[in-house]
Amino acid sequence: MNYIITAKDLCLWYGQFQALKSITMDIPENRITAFIGPSGCGKSTFLKTLNRMNDLVPGVRITGDVRFHEENIFDKSVDVNELRRDIGMVFQKPNPFPMSIYDNIAYGPRTHGITNKSQLDCIVEQALKDAAIWDEVKDRLKKNALGLSGGQQQRLCIARALAVQPQVLLMDEPTSALDPISTSRIEELTLELKKKYSIVIVTHNMQQAVRISDHTAFFLLGELVEFGKTEDLFSQPKEKRTEDYITGRFG
Amino acid sequence: MHTSAKRKAYITLMRVLMWVSTALTAALVLFLLGYVLWNGLPNITWELLSTKPSYITDRIGILPDILNTLYVVLATLVFVVPLGVGAAVYLTEYASNKRIVGVIEYAAETLSGIPSIIYGLVGMLLFSNNMGTCLMAGSLTLVIMNLPTIMRTTQESLKTVPQSYREGAFGLGAGKWRVIRTVVLPNCIDGVITGCILTVGRILGESAALLFTAGLAHAVNGIVDGLASPGATLTVALYVYAKEEGEFGIAFAIAAILMVLTILINLAATLVGKYYNNRRNV
Amino acid sequence: MKKNRLIENIVHGIFLLLGLITVGCVLIITIYLVISGIPAIREIGLVPFLFGKTWASTSAQPLYGILPFILTSIYGTAGAILLGVPIGFLTAVYLSKVAPPKIKSVMETAVSLMAGIPSVVYGLIGMMVLVPGIRSLFRIPDGASLLAAIIVLAIMILPSIIKVSMTALDAVPKEYEDASLALGATPIETYFRVSVPAAKSGISAAVVLGVGRAIGEAMAIMMVAGNAPNMPSLFQSVRFLTTAVASEMAYSSGLQQQALFSIALVLFLFIMLINATLNFFLKRSKEV
Repeated sequence: MNYIITAKDLCLWYGQFQALKSITMDIPENRITAFIGPSGCGKSTFLKTLNRMNDLVPGVRITGDVRFHEENIFDKSVDVNELRRDIGMVFQKPNPFPMSIYDNIAYGPRTHGITNKSQLDCIVEQALKDAAIWDEVKDRLKKNALGLSGGQQQRLCIARALAVQPQVLLMDEPTSALDPISTSRIEELTLELKKKYSIVIVTHNMQQAVRISDHTAFFLLGELVEFGKTEDLFSQPKEKRTEDYITGRFG
Repeated sequence: MHTSAKRKAYITLMRVLMWVSTALTAALVLFLLGYVLWNGLPNITWELLSTKPSYITDRIGILPDILNTLYVVLATLVFVVPLGVGAAVYLTEYASNKRIVGVIEYAAETLSGIPSIIYGLVGMLLFSNNMGTCLMAGSLTLVIMNLPTIMRTTQESLKTVPQSYREGAFGLGAGKWRVIRTVVLPNCIDGVITGCILTVGRILGESAALLFTAGLAHAVNGIVDGLASPGATLTVALYVYAKEEGEFGIAFAIAAILMVLTILINLAATLVGKYYNNRRNV
Repeated sequence: MKKNRLIENIVHGIFLLLGLITVGCVLIITIYLVISGIPAIREIGLVPFLFGKTWASTSAQPLYGILPFILTSIYGTAGAILLGVPIGFLTAVYLSKVAPPKIKSVMETAVSLMAGIPSVVYGLIGMMVLVPGIRSLFRIPDGASLLAAIIVLAIMILPSIIKVSMTALDAVPKEYEDASLALGATPIETYFRVSVPAAKSGISAAVVLGVGRAIGEAMAIMMVAGNAPNMPSLFQSVRFLTTAVASEMAYSSGLQQQALFSIALVLFLFIMLINATLNFFLKRSKEV
């Protein structure tokens, strides 16, 4: 198996508070990796470190390294904008821009210098198709994206992330703000997407992790407690703390 | 792969434009302050502040203008505070009809958008033509002009009075008027004070609305006679000395005084805001 | 009990009256302006009044054409907007998004100070600095001109533009910006391509507010524009709608004075139009 991202001894502080403690982990290519753990355990923080969204938080300090295609992402020679283009992100709350559906999807490609109209049309259509929302919006591409339902908005955000042709898709609890039907559509979509992309998903829903992920990582108090194949981790956890958590003894 | 040269150029351009604009704004404020104080402060003497203009000694004093400003401020506040607070109380406590609220708020917005020269004109027709050109006519004009300010600041602070206070008082069997007197009004003091500070600031700066309503005289009067007779406030006096009489030294002295007062008023508004915010959060 | 209810009703009535007082004021102002503005327009004729190119109110055969004032007000306001809006807008983006907190708070104080400076003080500085500056820079006989007025107006509307734009920009949800950054846009690109479009209603409101301020300003302009009733030209002495009212009111009477009221009515109509536009944008910025 190939690994697309590898983290080694990654520590992260917010001011005095250590949010991540020496995380070492290899994220496999073209698989879905789920991060689980109680809130405040560092799973989202770790996710946001992978495309350096944490750089924006004042007072953040990071040691250790994260390699993407063998290159340390914290290296000075790395262009953070290009990194974020390769490692896309979908957020907890659907956050389409207050623009038309078309402009939302075209935003990324335009930012990266594509201005040709027919090329953009092509990218927009493909991204919306990949995110399984094309049929629902193809007649109203010029309408404001804020008019879509929550579930549609989230799939639009996935399409927007896909439009810049990333290799990895980071998803930060993408269904926590959605109803069950929208949730299952996103889950189906995620399974479809792993053929082309490597996916990392943070979830507070253990069933969701079981349903869709190939590998699962359990975080607790900033530590990576256990990481393994999803079926192994949930059926025969090696660590007592993992077992306590997945059997609902805390969290 | 790296961020393309075109993108980098755009980013640098925007960054430079933002810096230049902000620096320009900052430089402008510093220049305005420095220029006025530099030219004005040396001209402020005790004699200037304590005398009236005299053709006999050929000296100009601005005591009458200071007094007139004071009278106008007091007279305006005496009228505008009860009216503005009353209107705000009606809107937040009584009005149940959305349409009436909408109409009143629209009217208030319209009033705050009308330029002062129009207030001056209407004030002249409405007040000065009936009671003569005098400080009182000017004050009444300013009352209409500043009504929306007091109303808005009071409304803002009434909105922060927790609903539970009112419910508590109603629960004890208090009538609406009693609740307003004992619970609502005491809690909107900060809004009223902020409104008063803003109003004083606006009156100090006002000239177009006073020119044709309050007149241009420079006589020293007591407050009662003062309000009944024509007179120039500091701002109007500045205009007259600079534009009509070419007394730039005096104009700069008044400008410096106004500038200092503007700074003090800004400071006061900030302090009041901070004080009440702290008290609310405790 | 009965007495209590009576008191309650009386108090309610009093507050209702106080509430309606703003409406009353607007009505009175409108009625007075219409009543006193109409007669002169009737006598002069609407077309010669609005489109007449010559204002000669004191000549033996007086002419009351206010086209020069209307055009001067429009050109002057447009010039002030052209000059003031970009500077104010860019400053607002910098302060709202980029500036360190300390600079932001110092500049906010500075901007509200600027907003509080009386217009005659702006006029005085314009008279003493701008007018002579323009005269010697462009070698014209008198620096009191449309250009001087435009610069003074641009400076005077700067604080409102900055303040209102900043409020709108500060209110843009952080999620929008995060999404843009996660797509590989840089912070600066994000501010101008996501935050600014998201705040566009508020920023438009700032511009319209600036238009209202500029078109309504009288005293500062009186001191720097020269006040000759010429058709607008950048380096010539000009008269605005506001200054047309202010400069002759003191000594006018009869038809001349009535014509001044008509000018005020025209100005008032302009302002009402601007207010309606402003309200439209403000409402929209609240909705999004």
